[in-house]
Amino acid sequence: MTLYIFYFLSFLAVLSALMVVFSKSPVHSVLYLVITLFSLAGHYVILNAQFLAVVHVIVYAGAIMVLFLYVIMLLNLNQENEQHKTNLLKFAAVISAGLFMILLIGTFKGTEVFANVVGGQSEIGMVKNLGLVMFRDFLLPFEITSLLLLAAMVGAVILGKIDKPKKA
Amino acid sequence: MTNTQYIPIDYYIWLAAILFTIGILGVLYRRNAIVIFMCIELMLNAVNILMVAFSSYRQDAAGQVFVFFIMAVAAAEVAVGLAILVMMYRNTQSTDINILNRIKW
Repeated sequence: MTLYIFYFLSFLAVLSALMVVFSKSPVHSVLYLVITLFSLAGHYVILNAQFLAVVHVIVYAGAIMVLFLYVIMLLNLNQENEQHKTNLLKFAAVISAGLFMILLIGTFKGTEVFANVVGGQSEIGMVKNLGLVMFRDFLLPFEITSLLLLAAMVGAVILGKIDKPKKA
Repeated sequence: MTNTQYIPIDYYIWLAAILFTIGILGVLYRRNAIVIFMCIELMLNAVNILMVAFSSYRQDAAGQVFVFFIMAVAAAEVAVGLAILVMMYRNTQSTDINILNRIKW
């Protein structure tokens, strides 16, 4: 049963990821990306990472995608007259991505087959467990992350400010 | 392996590989900087799903904590990146990355 859910979610994720790349309008790209992210949240639930699934939905679908939509709508980018690359460049892009896929396939084919499986019952992904690990083993990175977010916030505000012409 | 309650970890490796490749394809294929940002998010998420899969496979919570940090970094990156994008749009009236050619010296 879980396997069929996995197939369905993977199909949904890959299909909408392709639609992100190939859809004409940026707003459609964002909406397809939201579908991809929700199916990835479903994967997290399958993998017994319930806390991460919730955080993923809140952070990505709730914050990052809204940010994207705001920027697209503020800049009024929803026209479909976007410049596209030449066909030669597009062909080269597809070839390069295909070569990268072949590289990955070769890498993973070379490794031994993982006989083990994931899934089943586990308490690893619950808040209590993750909180213990995060605040016991990863306390310093956690604090540094707060510093990173502060720096990003200050940087975004400074970058977004309209710089007035300086008086000479 | 016939038990459908469990999923082999190879499947997650393939899923992550496919999603990462689609992200790379998008970065190379499009010229709109916003779509390129979304494809970078796609690549980050491909890595995340692989990390959660291995964390579940090894029964080790450290992988999931790492995913948490990656999400924080992604949020910071998007905030700064979109601010740069807005500034670029204000100066050039477009989000075409070919305009950024003038940055190179």
